[in-house]
Amino acid sequence: MKRILIAVILVLLTAGTAFCGDTVTPSPKIDTGDTSWVLISTALVMLMTPGLAFFYGGLVRRKNMLSVLMQCLMVLCIVSLQWVLFGYSLSFGPDKGSFIGGLNWSFLRNVGLTPNADYAATIPHQLFMMFQLMFAVITPALIIGAFAERMKFSAFCVFILLWSTLVYDPVAHWVWGVGGFIRNWGALDFAGGTVVHINAGMTALAAALVLGRRQGFPNGMSPPHNLPFAVLGASLLWFGWFGFNGGSALSAGGLACSAFTVTHIAAAAAGVAWAVLDWLKHKKPTTLGVITGMVAGLVAITPASGFVTPMGAIWIGIGAGVFPWLAVTYIKNLLGYDDTLDAFGVHGIGGIWGAIATGIWATKAVNPAGADGLLYGNPGLLWIQIKAVLVTAVYSFVVGIILLKVVDVVMKLRVGEHDERVGLDLTQHREAAYTLID
Amino acid sequence: MKYIIAVIQSDRLDEVLKRLEEKEIHLVTVSDVVGRGRQKGIAEVYRGHKEKGSLLRKIKLEIAVNDEFVEPTIKAVIDGAKTGQIGDGKIFVLDLPECIRIRTGERGSEAIG
Repeated sequence: MKRILIAVILVLLTAGTAFCGDTVTPSPKIDTGDTSWVLISTALVMLMTPGLAFFYGGLVRRKNMLSVLMQCLMVLCIVSLQWVLFGYSLSFGPDKGSFIGGLNWSFLRNVGLTPNADYAATIPHQLFMMFQLMFAVITPALIIGAFAERMKFSAFCVFILLWSTLVYDPVAHWVWGVGGFIRNWGALDFAGGTVVHINAGMTALAAALVLGRRQGFPNGMSPPHNLPFAVLGASLLWFGWFGFNGGSALSAGGLACSAFTVTHIAAAAAGVAWAVLDWLKHKKPTTLGVITGMVAGLVAITPASGFVTPMGAIWIGIGAGVFPWLAVTYIKNLLGYDDTLDAFGVHGIGGIWGAIATGIWATKAVNPAGADGLLYGNPGLLWIQIKAVLVTAVYSFVVGIILLKVVDVVMKLRVGEHDERVGLDLTQHREAAYTLID
Repeated sequence: MKYIIAVIQSDRLDEVLKRLEEKEIHLVTVSDVVGRGRQKGIAEVYRGHKEKGSLLRKIKLEIAVNDEFVEPTIKAVIDGAKTGQIGDGKIFVLDLPECIRIRTGERGSEAIG
């Protein structure tokens, strides 16, 4: 064990020196405006993971509050390291058979401050790597919603590392990496509808099924312990999403502005749509409904954000209010799975809707580098989008199940019945979120 | 000596405290509680899932009094808390065998006031 550790440390040390040699003087091609915007966007996307933590944290019971915050923050730490050591290289490194990136860029070798024209010609390559890092972080964090309140923390850490390496990295390569096969089909995914949301959403469904229901589900559960925290979290997500989608233009110009605008509009339309449905079905519009709708709208516009008009965004937002609403109101009850915080209902269904909607409303008038969709006379794009959805969904669901089962056999995924009843804060972390007496 | 427990609507607390004060009853312990009576709870709905058996927030008052203060206390609580609707709450009166003031060690009736 010690020898392995020393070997790893040596590799890290030498990798560091190699990296230092690579950081050549910045090329004159770097655009300061583009670089500024992507730097800011990267920080905005980083903020989404703590935002998600509060969104999810407010919705669990008070005895599990810290466990959710902790899981989100731990994803931020673990995946950041995985990404710079080898994750970025697996996703974006030189293509191997259209399936995965090679290890040439592991330890950030060859990822210096000179732009990489294949991905972003006007910003430092390292900045592109950091921007993508934040996406790699928030994606596995989304899955937490499905297994919240019952997963063992040690098993969680192992699962996240495996999932990032074997699911996120390959899928990111297929869709965004040069040479990736879905990218070669011509599928459009501006900011991560397939890579982030369908990917996380399908594994979330897998996790809800493999881990099973929480004790007392569905009727013996307490309501969300702090909806104001959930509102705070959802608001931070909306704010961060300007970087998520706007930053995906990788430049500061018209395209970033267009993505920024449609992102905002879709979130607004979906928030209204969800409120109206709640009003009709349950007699009252709910706070939780509106923030869920907002997030679903942001999810759905993600793949479309660089390709659709503001009016298209309204339709995509309305759809994002309707389909995830149906999923969490009816389908979940019908099938009886316990997706604690509806990670599948919101991100899976919202993501699938967004990817398909991109095939309907995309237009070259917004982005000449994109494609026309169904409404602009090109039904072919819709079919390509559906294919991309299917491949991603099946891969992430099947590999998700396999990884969860493997971790379960090795170390058990779920906490014991007693620990679940007492709560994960106390049993997994020996802490409590709130004191009763000061 | 009696120990009076009253469960009232949350928004009536100020009024009840005012009425108690008027009758020179100053000692009271107040806590935030949840519970359910004939009024039942209002069912809450979260993402389409209806919570069953919801509990309503109430305020619980605990007041220890000498016998001559029992009726004035009851009257003060009723005057302050009554709205005439279901859910106004209840008053329970219990015998209180002993009462000790920690600071001085006084016992019984003198310790209460």
